[in-house]
Amino acid sequence: MVEPTPAVPAAAAEPAARFTGFSLWYGTFQALYGVDLQVEAGRITSLIGPSGCGKSTLLRSVNRINERLGYVRTEGAVAVHGVDVYAAQNALVQVRKQVGMVFQRPNVLPLSIRDNVIFGHRLHSRGAGRTTRADEDAIVEGALRQVLLWDDVKDRLNRRAAGLSLEQQQKLCIARLLPVKPRLLLMDEPCSALDPKGTEAVEELIWELRGEYTILLVTHNMAQARRASESCVFMLLGKMIEHTPTDEMFVTPQRQETADYIEGRYG
Amino acid sequence: MSAPPPHPDTAALDRRDLAWYVDKLVAVLVFVGGVSAVVFIVGIFAFVTHEGWGFVSEHFSLRGFFGSIRWAPTSTSNPTYGALALIAGTASVTGLAMLVAVPFSLGAAIYIAEFATGRTREVLKVLVEMLAAIPSVVWGFIGLSVMNPLIIDVFNVPIGLCVLNSGLILGLMAAPIMTTIAEDALKAVPDTYREAAEALGATRWQVTRRVVLPAARQGLLAAVLLGVGRGFGETMAVLMASGHAINLPTSPFDSVRALTATIAAELGETAVGSTHYQALFALGIFLFVVTFVINLSADLIVRGIRKT
Repeated sequence: MVEPTPAVPAAAAEPAARFTGFSLWYGTFQALYGVDLQVEAGRITSLIGPSGCGKSTLLRSVNRINERLGYVRTEGAVAVHGVDVYAAQNALVQVRKQVGMVFQRPNVLPLSIRDNVIFGHRLHSRGAGRTTRADEDAIVEGALRQVLLWDDVKDRLNRRAAGLSLEQQQKLCIARLLPVKPRLLLMDEPCSALDPKGTEAVEELIWELRGEYTILLVTHNMAQARRASESCVFMLLGKMIEHTPTDEMFVTPQRQETADYIEGRYG
Repeated sequence: MSAPPPHPDTAALDRRDLAWYVDKLVAVLVFVGGVSAVVFIVGIFAFVTHEGWGFVSEHFSLRGFFGSIRWAPTSTSNPTYGALALIAGTASVTGLAMLVAVPFSLGAAIYIAEFATGRTREVLKVLVEMLAAIPSVVWGFIGLSVMNPLIIDVFNVPIGLCVLNSGLILGLMAAPIMTTIAEDALKAVPDTYREAAEALGATRWQVTRRVVLPAARQGLLAAVLLGVGRGFGETMAVLMASGHAINLPTSPFDSVRALTATIAAELGETAVGSTHYQALFALGIFLFVVTFVINLSADLIVRGIRKT
C-alpha cells in the first residue's frame, strides 16, 4: 500500500483527522477493516467508492454520531487534531464542538432561522459570560454572510427555517456550524437532495470554505469529487484502497480497483 | 359453445371466487363495527339527555345548579339540587391528580423515549401498560386501606379520606395512559432533529429540552388533556378515597364528593322518573359535555400535529 506523500509543509504536519487501524462493526457485520488515513488540515478531502463501501460510516466515526445506533463496536483509534475521539466519554461534547457535520438531507431544527444559526453557540457558550442580543445578532449575520445566505433571509430571521428551499436549508445547516468555530467539517453527500442549481451553489460554498476549515466530503458523484476536492480517498468493501491528490487519482490511479471504479466498471 | 369469449382473460376478470365473497363479507362487518361507534355515542347522549331533560326543563336554574352547594335531593320538605360542591369536589381531586400525574408521566415518557435504550425501554413500556390495566376498584381499595391510615398518621388529621388521598390515587391512575400518549408524541419527533442537535454537541438533556420537547408540545398537551378527561370521569376510586362528603374543600385534608361518585352512589336508590333520578342524569349530561369537550380538544390538537 502506497502512503500518500504529504503535500503540505511540515509545519502543518499534524493531520486534522487521523485514523489508525480503525475497524467498526454494526452488530456482527464488519463495516470497516483497519483503516489508516490522515486527513490533511485546511484542505478538502473527498471520500468516494461504491454504495456500502463504508465511506459514510468512516465519516460518521469521526464525531461518533454512528453510536446513536447503540450496537456499534470499534477498534483502533481516530484522532482529531491529536485528540483521541474514542478515548474518553466525557470529551465527546468537546470533540463535536470541533467537528461540525452536514447531513444528506438538510435537517434544520424546528426553530426559526435565527435560532437555528445560534443553536450550537448557545450550547457551548454556557458559563462563559452571557452573550448579549447584539452579540448574537452579529454572530448570526456573520455566519449567514459566510454561507452567502444573508441577503436571502435577512428580512425573515424569525420565520421557521423549514420554510426555506432545500438549497437554502442546506446552506443554513452549514451556517449553524460556523459560530461554534469547528476546525473540521464532515459532509455526508451534502448535495444529494438538491437540484443541479442547488448543487452548484453548495459546491461553490464548500470551495469558499476551503482553507479556513478542513473539509471531509463523502460523495458518490465522481464528477463532484473531481470538481470540489483537492485530495481524494477511494474505499471499497470497508477498506481504504487509495489516497492521493484528486488530480492524480483521476488521471493516474495507482490501484487497479480505483481505475476500474473511476472508469465505471462497477459502482 | 357458440361464440368464444374475445379473450380468455376477460372471463377470469369477472370470476367471483371465495376470496371475493370473503372480501365483501369482511367489508360489511368492519363497516358495521365502524358505524356502531357513532350509533353508540349518539344513542348514549340521546338516552342521558332524554332521562335528564325533565329536570333541566322544569327545575334547572343556573344559580340553583351551578351556584349552590346544597345537594339535598332526598329532603322531604325542601329538596335542593346544588351541584357546586360536587363540581368543586371533582375539580379539586382532578387538579391535585394532575399535579401528581403530569411530572410523573412526562418524566417517565422522557425517560422511556429519550434516555432508556434496548431492554430497559421495552420492559418499562410493558410495565407502564400493565399499570394502566389495574382495575379502579383496586386503586380505591388502596386509597381506603393503605393511604387512609397513612394520611391520618403522617399529617395527624382525624380522617384520611380526602382530596389529598383521592388526588394521589387518581394521579397514579391517570399517569400510565398519559405516559403512553406523551411517549408517542416524543417518538413522533423526527430522529433527524436529534441527530442534528447531537452532532452540534448537545447533550441528551439539551437535545430533549431544546429540540424534542418544543417539537412535541402539542402531543404532550393532548396527553395532559386526556389525563384530565380520565380524572373527570373516574368513579370508583374517587368514591372510595374521597370521603364522599358534600363540602367545598378549603384544604387538601377536606373530604369531598365527586360528580361521578354521586351518580354511582345514588342512582340505584331513586325511583325511575323522579326528580332526583332526573337530576342525577342532569349531572350526567354535564359530565358528558365536559369530557366530550376535553377529549375533542385533545383529539384536535393531535390532528394538528399530523398536519404540520
